[in-house]
Amino acid sequence: MKNLKFTVLGVIFGLVLTKSEVISWFRIQEMFRFESIHMYGIIGLAVVVGAISIQIIKKYNLKTFYGENITFDEKPFHKGAIYGGVIFGFGWALTGACPGPLFALIGNGYSIIIASLLCALGGTWVYGYYQNKLPH
Amino acid sequence: MLELFRQPWPWYVSGPIIGLMVPFSLFIANKTFGISSSLRHVCAACMPGNIEFFKYNWRKEVWSMFFVGGVLVGGVLTDKFFSNDSPIQISEQTKVNLIDFGISDFSQYMPVEIFNWGNLLSFQGFLFIILGGFMVGFGARWAGGCTSGHAISGLANFRLVSLFAVIGFFIGGLIMTHILFPLIFT
Repeated sequence: MKNLKFTVLGVIFGLVLTKSEVISWFRIQEMFRFESIHMYGIIGLAVVVGAISIQIIKKYNLKTFYGENITFDEKPFHKGAIYGGVIFGFGWALTGACPGPLFALIGNGYSIIIASLLCALGGTWVYGYYQNKLPH
Repeated sequence: MLELFRQPWPWYVSGPIIGLMVPFSLFIANKTFGISSSLRHVCAACMPGNIEFFKYNWRKEVWSMFFVGGVLVGGVLTDKFFSNDSPIQISEQTKVNLIDFGISDFSQYMPVEIFNWGNLLSFQGFLFIILGGFMVGFGARWAGGCTSGHAISGLANFRLVSLFAVIGFFIGGLIMTHILFPLIFT
């Protein structure tokens, strides 16, 4: 089953999100209050490691494990990134979770977050419905 | 060794592991690391409703559902085998501020006084559980990504659009925390 490798990667991500306490509403509050380095250290180091990895991949023209070329799609600037970003920030502070942690929290036994996840699906759907009317 | 694994992991250990998700998504299938697009694919699969945004071959994106399914399973495995049930050591200042808001239970990953099924349809429950979840999904799609796609993959790729999205995330989070929370909690 070729998709199982994504599940393995997801399991590792769910594990590290939990053990690092990124899934904690309290840690997100701490971040928005600038009262700990915890979340900034995690995001900052993740970006640094990701950026170095991408530079190495580009410089040495590395391939996937299956020998395919690795491509980086362009994502041009659009104003929706700011409008949508602010709304996402409201939601992030309220639920204390971005999409990855929503799944990890449900796995950790917080069934109430199933309600938040369904509402996030609803939000995604409503965005799709109004997409053409929103500024981008 | 196992005991070390069970303890909460410090930020300088977990940050780099999360960063490695970026090259590994590329190495295993040339995919850009990101979570929130999976929500779009679920909508396209389950309730496309003749909406242009959901008209595409979602079957090619099934991998993303296997990925987020894995994140959920990762949560289950951590909870069952690698947890030591220690409360989260947040900063004293944050604790003091939250106690001011009437939050008293710091023993779990979230304030269970707010996040519980009995509270779902109360004013606070509606805001934190329902509206919060809705804005996470709506905002992520409008912005074109969430923390993983923009803040991590996007910034790691030096994308301008991601920088603006992350600035947006923080504007929203700071307004909510510093201006709206004091009103909500009075």
